Amino acid sequence: MNQLINSLLVILVLTGFMLLGSSRLDSCIRTVAVQGVLLGILGVAMQADQWSIAGVMLPLSSAVVKGFVLPWLLFRAMREADTAREVEPFISYNLSILAGATVLGLSLWLGRQLQLANQPASSLLVPAAFFTSLVGMIVIVSRRKALTQVLGYLALENGVYAFGAAVALRLPILVELGILLDVFVGVFVMGIAIFHISREFDHIDTDKLTALTDRLR
Amino acid sequence: MISGSLFPLILAAALAPLMQSVIVRSKSVMAGRVGPPLLQPYRDVWKLARKGAVYSNATSWIFQMGPTIGLASLLVALTLLPFGGFAPLSAFSGDFVLIVYLMALGRFFTVVAALDTGSSFEGMGASREVTFAAFAEPAFFLALAALVRQTGYLSLNPVLAAVSTATWTHAAPTLGLTLAALIIVFLAENARIPVDDPTTHLELTMIHEVMVLDHSGPDFAMIEYGAALKMWLFATIIVSVAVPCHSGNRWLDTGAALLAILVLGVATGLLESSMARLRLLRVPQLLLVAIVLAALALAL
Repeated sequence: MNQLINSLLVILVLTGFMLLGSSRLDSCIRTVAVQGVLLGILGVAMQADQWSIAGVMLPLSSAVVKGFVLPWLLFRAMREADTAREVEPFISYNLSILAGATVLGLSLWLGRQLQLANQPASSLLVPAAFFTSLVGMIVIVSRRKALTQVLGYLALENGVYAFGAAVALRLPILVELGILLDVFVGVFVMGIAIFHISREFDHIDTDKLTALTDRLR
Repeated sequence: MISGSLFPLILAAALAPLMQSVIVRSKSVMAGRVGPPLLQPYRDVWKLARKGAVYSNATSWIFQMGPTIGLASLLVALTLLPFGGFAPLSAFSGDFVLIVYLMALGRFFTVVAALDTGSSFEGMGASREVTFAAFAEPAFFLALAALVRQTGYLSLNPVLAAVSTATWTHAAPTLGLTLAALIIVFLAENARIPVDDPTTHLELTMIHEVMVLDHSGPDFAMIEYGAALKMWLFATIIVSVAVPCHSGNRWLDTGAALLAILVLGVATGLLESSMARLRLLRVPQLLLVAIVLAALALAL
């Protein structure tokens, strides 16, 4: 079981690099969806020794929401905003991947430094969680479109979810459901916001939004 | 330091061109052609070896030394590599570092010989070769280092002997990542398709072919043969990691490794038939991914 968890975590890290390296919006959305499904399987795999209906249903429902519902919302937002399919980063893809490698080193170091109260199932769990959240932050900072910022936020949330799996074996169900609902509503609202931004300004380029002021010209 | 047998070296020298023709054959079958005979690379080398070499007045002794040093460095590197159950001719602590440096030495002299001709075309190829090597070499080195760290030995022979099905069951992520990095390096170093198209002659996209345009006769035979040996070297490392067969019977292991190399050749041919060459600007990204995979394998 430990091998399975390790392999899942390695794939999670690789999806982080895919998110940084791919130039197409739709493949980025699919990558984040794959991350969500991976975390669902991870959540089930972590409870291999003590099965319970709630313990299995929760990761699975999270996988369904993150792997299918949210991507569907994002694809819809992409279609309605009628945006170009390229990611349009501020820094090159090579530089993004190098930044990812640096962040990976940082998270591995952080994972060694942190003393957790209870031993996580795999020594890779904490670094992978840190790495996924930091990749989310890199995507939020270094990409131009509003849609990619939503994707970065989702990757960040995936990292937080993985970290939660590392620190507390089982959070109260109510808390987990609440987080899931928050993410769902958040992405829903962001999808609508993207649609309105693109209708108002004919683009979803966040770089140009910084020029907005309250003053009427 | 002489510890093993000459057998891996003889096997490499005899069968390396055959692997190239396996790739060519599987590509032609995919394209619906008959393809050249399997012994064509041997005939090419023999034909070239009997010819005389032509040297331009603009070149110096470096140009004449290039192919010799390239072939010699590969032959020396192959003496360090085990095959099947057979130990290599020599093995010592840290010899995996020597292999990387020998490959770099051969590359350096190929590049310098290309620059020596003064042809702008070859200079371009040399510049591309070095650019991509700057990414491929760290990936190769990190992949070998990951294997060394995983097995705990410092010499290539015990490292490859220690990789077994048991290693795969308890360290599958490390070995899988290493293998993926090695395969990308294999494709890049041997000018296979996602990086370079081995069938294009005199086109602006090519890298390895363009550096050897001015070589002729025996020199070119050495380059062609060296390319085959280089492919064999990478294929041997990949196969020993991917198909760790330690049955106790050395001939059985050798047969399994040869079969795996055949499969790798056919797979390379299928890959080349099914995808296009990457844009030149995207190649460093692919090689960066190889570096990241190998670094991750090392860090695990």
